[in-house]
Amino acid sequence: MRIRISHTTTYLYDAPPKTVTQVLRLTPRNHDGQYVVSWRIDLSVDCQLHQREGAFGNISHSFTAEGPFDELSILVEGEVDTQDTSGIVRGAVERFPPALYLRDTELTVADAAIIEFAEATRAKAGGDTLGLLHALMAGLNEDFAFDTEQTTVATTAAEAFKLKRGVCQDGTHIFIAAARHLGIPARYIGGHYCRTDDKGAQGAGHAWAEAYIDTLGWVGFDPTHGLSPTEAHVRVAVGLDYLGAAPVRGTRHGGGRETMNVSVRVAPTTWQAQSQSQS
Amino acid sequence: MGVAFDEMKGHDGEAIRPAYGELDRWLKEVPPDVLDYRRREAELIFRRIGITFAVYGEADATERLIPFDVIPRIMSADEWRRLEKGLTQRVNALNMFIKDVYGARDILRAGILPEDMVFRNPAFRPEMNGQTVPHDIYVHIAGIDIIRVDADTFYVLEDNARTPSGVSYMLENREIMMRLFPELFSRHRIAPVENYPDELLASLKSVAPLSTSKEPNVVLLTPGVYNSAYYEHSFLADKLGVELVEGRDLFVKDEVVYMRTTQGPQRVDVIYRRVDDDFIDPLAFRPDSILGVPGLMSAYGAGNVTLANAVGTGIADDKAIYSFMPDIVKFYLDEEPLLKNVPTWRCREPEHLSYVLDHLPELVVKEVHGSGGYGMLIGPSASKVAIEQFRAKLKSAPANFIAQPTLALSTSPTCVEAGVAPRHVDLRPFVLTGKKGVRIVPGGLTRVALKEGSLVVNSSQGGGTKDTWVLDK
Repeated sequence: MRIRISHTTTYLYDAPPKTVTQVLRLTPRNHDGQYVVSWRIDLSVDCQLHQREGAFGNISHSFTAEGPFDELSILVEGEVDTQDTSGIVRGAVERFPPALYLRDTELTVADAAIIEFAEATRAKAGGDTLGLLHALMAGLNEDFAFDTEQTTVATTAAEAFKLKRGVCQDGTHIFIAAARHLGIPARYIGGHYCRTDDKGAQGAGHAWAEAYIDTLGWVGFDPTHGLSPTEAHVRVAVGLDYLGAAPVRGTRHGGGRETMNVSVRVAPTTWQAQSQSQS
Repeated sequence: MGVAFDEMKGHDGEAIRPAYGELDRWLKEVPPDVLDYRRREAELIFRRIGITFAVYGEADATERLIPFDVIPRIMSADEWRRLEKGLTQRVNALNMFIKDVYGARDILRAGILPEDMVFRNPAFRPEMNGQTVPHDIYVHIAGIDIIRVDADTFYVLEDNARTPSGVSYMLENREIMMRLFPELFSRHRIAPVENYPDELLASLKSVAPLSTSKEPNVVLLTPGVYNSAYYEHSFLADKLGVELVEGRDLFVKDEVVYMRTTQGPQRVDVIYRRVDDDFIDPLAFRPDSILGVPGLMSAYGAGNVTLANAVGTGIADDKAIYSFMPDIVKFYLDEEPLLKNVPTWRCREPEHLSYVLDHLPELVVKEVHGSGGYGMLIGPSASKVAIEQFRAKLKSAPANFIAQPTLALSTSPTCVEAGVAPRHVDLRPFVLTGKKGVRIVPGGLTRVALKEGSLVVNSSQGGGTKDTWVLDK
């Protein structure tokens, strides 16, 4: 499927900042189930973008924009061809052996409740790793309510698990914490999800997890949708947690309050053609 | 644990060791009231220059004077040469190890170290993966803690490869001793330490990014006045003749680091940083850090700035990794380690743990990621209650602890209430590594446990310092 992505992040400032420094992880790479046909990043202000490959193999861009400006927007646009690989990720850029992804981070510590959930799931699912991971995902998908109001980017897996609600980032963190507790390497994937019903722009990108199974390699699990990634998933960045794969990390020097707005449009190119012909 | 080796009198008080001959004669000559007077004078000077440190975990006194003992600790030229060789070997191995764990990872493939001990170690920085640094030097400044148990045997107690402190005491102690005891100096030929700042600056400049065309611009990055080692940071910046900066004084533009000055931005090539990894760049590490420089890791990744020490060096001084140091030295250098390692039980391993639990009253148990002597148990001097409390802590998270036998640290004559008496000491020499190799100023910081019988030399736990003399011949 050819997917067209248009992802705009806009910052509005009460008072113009002196400088804004950001690191962006917004650029997808190829793997067996994904081919990047075209991609570009545009900034609304004049400055240089520096591209580099990060430690995890993600493509990052950094910039420092000098004010004054009242608004800064980052526009990311491109097309990606995807294929369904039953969630199995092969041919991706790998910079670490799977064992690294057993590493705990502050956001993905398994507390007593997550440990109990992980172990209860294992007791039910038995010894097959793939089956166990599917059971973890299904368990989370059932118990966990999608809610954009309750959590923030700094919410830990343990906090979100207690709330039993949150966004895709939270479900992914819990999945990762549980899998790592069970000795299964797991990682955070930031990306996009192409919905089959075209509801217009979304307020955020998507996130899911990948876990390593000796016999299969890396396999994706999307707790939000309760399924392994399909051709609707576009994989952008890998990390140990959200912070490591965050699309934008930045700071400001000077300026007043800021308001951030994210608008993501992810749709099959065919729909775009249709909507264009209708207008 | 038997009677400790005394640096002056040897094992059973037999004869005065040669290096201490003059000192012994002098101590016998000098009237006690003169010694006492000079001692108070030294304290006054320290108070006046304001050399202080902050004690964490104490509600009241935030800053305190580290007691200074006026009787020097002396090493012969020969002892120093052996130590120097051992330290050079050790630090070379540390640098090769760090390059490897963030690069090819041969040591993991060879099965010398368990993979998870590196990958799951909080001191390992995945962000450093694949990062190259000028001349493959990661640890530019190391503070290697050495203890001695007899005439010939030195042990490394700890490798401090992150932001080791204490070198200001080495320099200040020498200066004060020269002022107060000129006659004692005239009776010895002592190798100088005053050139340490020059050596450090030369080392730092030698590791500037390869693209630096002009004279490299070096700055010292401090977390600020609230840091316990702030005095040292300002002292060193002054001695080095470089700018003392905080995170907010620096910024990154187009992957280059600049310092804000009244004459406009000035490019920075080498940052001698005394800010921990976690805080150094909020865009790469802790997002809530206000001590760091946003975007610094991008400039570092582009090879436009050198950080001394490099990010992620903590993996080399981690206490669990420490226990593998003899294997690490052999693996990279194909040599036998010249300095001994204290035998270490890794509580993460069930057999080690059960031994440790059975022998708590004899052992020293340390937190793997602790420092400054906090959170440790010294079995022989701990109460039964303290041992039992520690046992529970140890059982709940064994992987966080290592245990070592209680070693008889050597003693050195020290001024105490009742006159002069032996007190336990250790030694932290400062090992500099630059483009031209390793350089160690002869001496270091001798720390002394002032309480009788105490083996804890940490300043935060009632330790003091001494001037360390290495004789010139």
